[in-house]
Amino acid sequence: MDAFTTHRGILAPLDRANVDTDQIIPKQFLKSIKRTGFGPSAFFDWRYQIDGTPNPEFELNKPRYAERSILLTRNNFGCGSSREHAVWALAQDGYRAIVAPFRGEGDDHIPGFADIFKNNCSKNGVVTIELSEDAVEEIFQAVFAEEGLEASVNLADQKLVLHKASGDVEYAFDYDASVKNKLLKGLDDIEESLQYMDDIRQFEQKHDTWMVS
Amino acid sequence: MAKTLFEKIWDRHLVRDLPDGTSLLYIDRHLVHEVTSPQAFEGLRLTGRKVRHPELTFSTMDHNVPTDENRLNIQDPISAAQVEALEKNCADFGVKLYGIGDSRQGIVHVIGPELGITLPGLTMVCGDSHTSTHGAFGTLAFGIGTSEVEHVLATQTLRQKKARTFKVEYTGKLSPHVHSKDMVLKLIGMIGTAGGTGSVFEFCGEAVRGLSMEARMTICNMSIEGGARAGLIAPDETTFEYITARDRPFAPKGAELERALAQWRSLPSDPDAVFDRTLTIDASKIAPQVTWGTSPGMVIDVDQPVPGLNDVAGYSAADVRKALDYMGLEPGQKLTDIRPDTIFIGSCTNSRIEDLRRAAAILKGRKKADSIKLLVVPGSHQVRLQAEAEGLDKVFKDAGAEWRWAGCSMCLAMNPDKLAPKERCASTSNRNFEGRQGAGGRTHLVSPEMAAAAAVEGHFVDIRSWNGGN
Repeated sequence: MDAFTTHRGILAPLDRANVDTDQIIPKQFLKSIKRTGFGPSAFFDWRYQIDGTPNPEFELNKPRYAERSILLTRNNFGCGSSREHAVWALAQDGYRAIVAPFRGEGDDHIPGFADIFKNNCSKNGVVTIELSEDAVEEIFQAVFAEEGLEASVNLADQKLVLHKASGDVEYAFDYDASVKNKLLKGLDDIEESLQYMDDIRQFEQKHDTWMVS
Repeated sequence: MAKTLFEKIWDRHLVRDLPDGTSLLYIDRHLVHEVTSPQAFEGLRLTGRKVRHPELTFSTMDHNVPTDENRLNIQDPISAAQVEALEKNCADFGVKLYGIGDSRQGIVHVIGPELGITLPGLTMVCGDSHTSTHGAFGTLAFGIGTSEVEHVLATQTLRQKKARTFKVEYTGKLSPHVHSKDMVLKLIGMIGTAGGTGSVFEFCGEAVRGLSMEARMTICNMSIEGGARAGLIAPDETTFEYITARDRPFAPKGAELERALAQWRSLPSDPDAVFDRTLTIDASKIAPQVTWGTSPGMVIDVDQPVPGLNDVAGYSAADVRKALDYMGLEPGQKLTDIRPDTIFIGSCTNSRIEDLRRAAAILKGRKKADSIKLLVVPGSHQVRLQAEAEGLDKVFKDAGAEWRWAGCSMCLAMNPDKLAPKERCASTSNRNFEGRQGAGGRTHLVSPEMAAAAAVEGHFVDIRSWNGGN
């Protein structure tokens, strides 16, 4: 995996909550046995009309977002199916980071991203940024107001900077330390885990899997 | 210190804590299917790695397989290529495969328990979010992405962060004809599709204890629809009876079984164990559930009207409008006025023998409405054989149903079974997302009994007061 340090790009708004991975990449594209080629199929059913031409009603198809690389959306993005193809599709469609709001705390907490999706992003160098609902609403309004609005993601400092015409606005975000370290260095999970093979072997000697041979 | 069931399983599988704050967790069983595995096997090839424990790895084909009589000849060349890739990968890496035509083939989450692969106290993963199903046995089971599939194949471990624990207690007894599908849909309606994110559910209480293993699997299956990667039910005599009553080739027997049973009996959460979150639901008050929208959290009691734009907790008016437009519904409509075109009884949620028995009990001696297409798809070849031995296939066929072969079928329409745009379906599956059962298709999630009764009447009915169409 390539390391992620900083990225600057145009924001594109997908103003919907609970976008599930069936919408991000529909089932017919899951038949591929390859890891590439999913980009043009991201958001397929929303993005294209029945005749295969781009759907002008779909917000991400607007010409002003053609060069976008940061997706701005609402909470619980990526819920449903565990298909990693959803992350492959977004990454191959040019998205390096996704911004979504979390709401509330404790029992009332609603996350910006679904669990498995967020985990899959971490394996593919896509940075998932969770900000407060107020902050995300502010960014949505700024994106609607200012064509070509860019933002910078600085993973090391855990900051998203909005480059508005009136000046930069900075948003700090929380980020899992283990994932951050991995993305910054572009580490491979399997390679890392194989370093603990002695621990795994020792564990296996005393562990019963109840497997009938 | 008192521990929950989850913590007991976690502790028993912890290889070691890692410096970066994650933990290396040992995986006892790895289920593999054709859709989410090809890129993982390819990754092994590119790095020259092997499958560390082929004997703990089991694969089958379910998503792509046709379910009609001509199922052995897959017409779609891309589906066929994916199935062939799994055959080659299993042969190259020494992994067991129950392919099309094998008497043990079926939906991965149906054959695991059926073959005794799923056992209490184990950890289990699969590149499929409905792996949570196996939690019904007190198995810590969850879905993973393809990168993690490759990680498990190579190391037999996963890097994990410990989840929070979320106890869901169902007190009291269920009303007649209300069942586990309604229990889990009710929960999702209450907490939303993100409510369980970061947590592992433990389902407990009188109403859960009274459920069969099949019914327990239905609840755990839809944990992911409540945002939780896993759901657990403590093993008990019902669990042990399921494992030992039939020949389950991979389950321990004899002295091994006695040793296993002693361990399994120690698994339930300690009485004073503390959960991060607790929710109590009065099971006696649960009504049959029907989804009206495009998310499993958009669900109501069968006797409630389709909600207004501002009446749905957790969804904005715009989201509700979008969902209603997609579904072709209006606020205030009665569910009993909604007429599905197709009824799908099947999927890893509701395709086991008890699900088919419940549907057959409704359909016995009755006919589907003329306007309805009725599809009954057993979850595995073994379920199909057992249903036929019990004469259920005859009940279905006499009612006008198509009696199919095992597979995921219309749950996600990666195979020829799919909805046309705007076609409306009452489905016993797990997801009513836009296009899930076919682009433009409209899905209402229900229990097998509710689906069967809707097939007879041609519209939804309140199964509690239904007079059988007489």
